[in-house]
Parts: sequence; structure tokens; C-alpha cells
Amino acid sequence: MNPEPSAVDTVIDAVSAVFMVVGAVMSLGAAIGLLRFPDLMSRMHAATKPQVLGLFLLLASVGLQLRTWWVWPALFVAWIFQVLTVPVSAHMVGRAGYRTKHLHRELLTTDELEAVVQKAADKKTADGRAAGGQEPDERAAHDGPADDGASA
Amino acid sequence: MMEVVLTVTAVILSLAAAGAIVRIAIGPSLLDRVLASDVLLAIIGATLCIDMAVNRHLNNLMLLVALSIIGFIGSVTVARFVADRREHPNES
Repeated sequence: MNPEPSAVDTVIDAVSAVFMVVGAVMSLGAAIGLLRFPDLMSRMHAATKPQVLGLFLLLASVGLQLRTWWVWPALFVAWIFQVLTVPVSAHMVGRAGYRTKHLHRELLTTDELEAVVQKAADKKTADGRAAGGQEPDERAAHDGPADDGASA
Repeated sequence: MMEVVLTVTAVILSLAAAGAIVRIAIGPSLLDRVLASDVLLAIIGATLCIDMAVNRHLNNLMLLVALSIIGFIGSVTVARFVADRREHPNES
């Protein structure tokens, strides 16, 4: 903003330029990961890069370019809300992907959710026998994605 | 220097958006498309940030905050109501 650029200005410009280029490369990496990775879970891993680190770098470059202190709280609010809301959507997408079997089991090294699902299914079977009513499979289908027990 | 940075990031983000759109087009399942549209939203937010940084204004800041607050609702809604209708379950 000063009429004559000082050395500090040059350094800040260089840092924010690096931040911008790296933040854009995060988006490119996410796109390449989306195109090349084999299943939904690994694509979700690639998709988080521009959502968190890329946005952080670009907001930091905005703050560095504007050279005013009062934009930093607004940029911080934007980033905090992104960090709070991205795990919610990732959790829901990952849960739905696991339930509808959008994954390659041979690519997993460990599946910690399987034991929980198996336990919940056994409990449901036992409950169904005790009640003597509906078939457990029918119940599971009826409960649908809102069923927290089988997919915690 | 800012013009060079603007050109480089414009090329990179255009390629990234093209990749995300290709995944939306071909993605075998609905969840792949939702994920790719999330990435496309992140890329659009990145372009808004770069516009603000290069041209030194704050016109897009409220839009960016609103995107980060409500941008997750779409994918949560789709993931909540997704159903498995595929012929071959492992084709993803």
C-alpha cells in the first residue's frame, strides 16, 4: 500500500506468492487424486487437501497481501468454520460409502468398523429372536442410514 | 510478480477444476460425484481467495465465509439418502 515498495514488502509479496501457488497445487493434487485413486475412501483422502490446507494457505496469502490486522479475524472465522464442517460431510460420505460397499476390501490394511458392525448385527439378531417379531434383515432395511448402531 | 502468480494459479486451478468435472461426469457412483463436487467447491473458494489476494480487495470474503459455513449441507444430505443400486458392487 506504500508508494515505494520496501524490502519488507518484497519479502511479504514473495511469501504470499508462494502460499498462493502451493494452495493452488493442493487443488490440482486433489483433482489428480480424484482421477487416479481406485475407490471412494482413497478419493476422500485426496479431496481433503484443498479443503483444509489449501484454504489455509490462500487465506493467509489474502491476509498478507492486505497488510491490515483486522482482516485476520474474518479469515480465521472462515477457516475455523471450514475445519468444523468438513469432517461432518466427510463422516457422512464415508459412512454411506461403507454401508453401500463403495470400497475395495482387498486394499484395506485393517477394517476396525467391521467388528462393530458384526457385534451390532448379532445383537439385533438376538433382539429379533427375543421379540419373536420381525426378521432382523427387514428391520435393518427399514431403519436405513439413520441406524447408528451398525455404523458407529 | 503478481501477474505471473495470477497466470500460474489460473492455469493450475483450471486444470484442477477440469479434473473434478471429469470425475463428476464419469464417477461410477453417486458418492464419487458428491465428493468431486465438494472438491469443485473448494477450487471455487480458492479462486475467490486468489482474486482477493492479487487485486487486494475483500469483496468475496462474506461469500467465502458463507461457503465454509453451509457448503457441507449438500453432501451431507446426499450421503444421508444414498442407496446402493449398482449391478456389480465392486466396480467403484
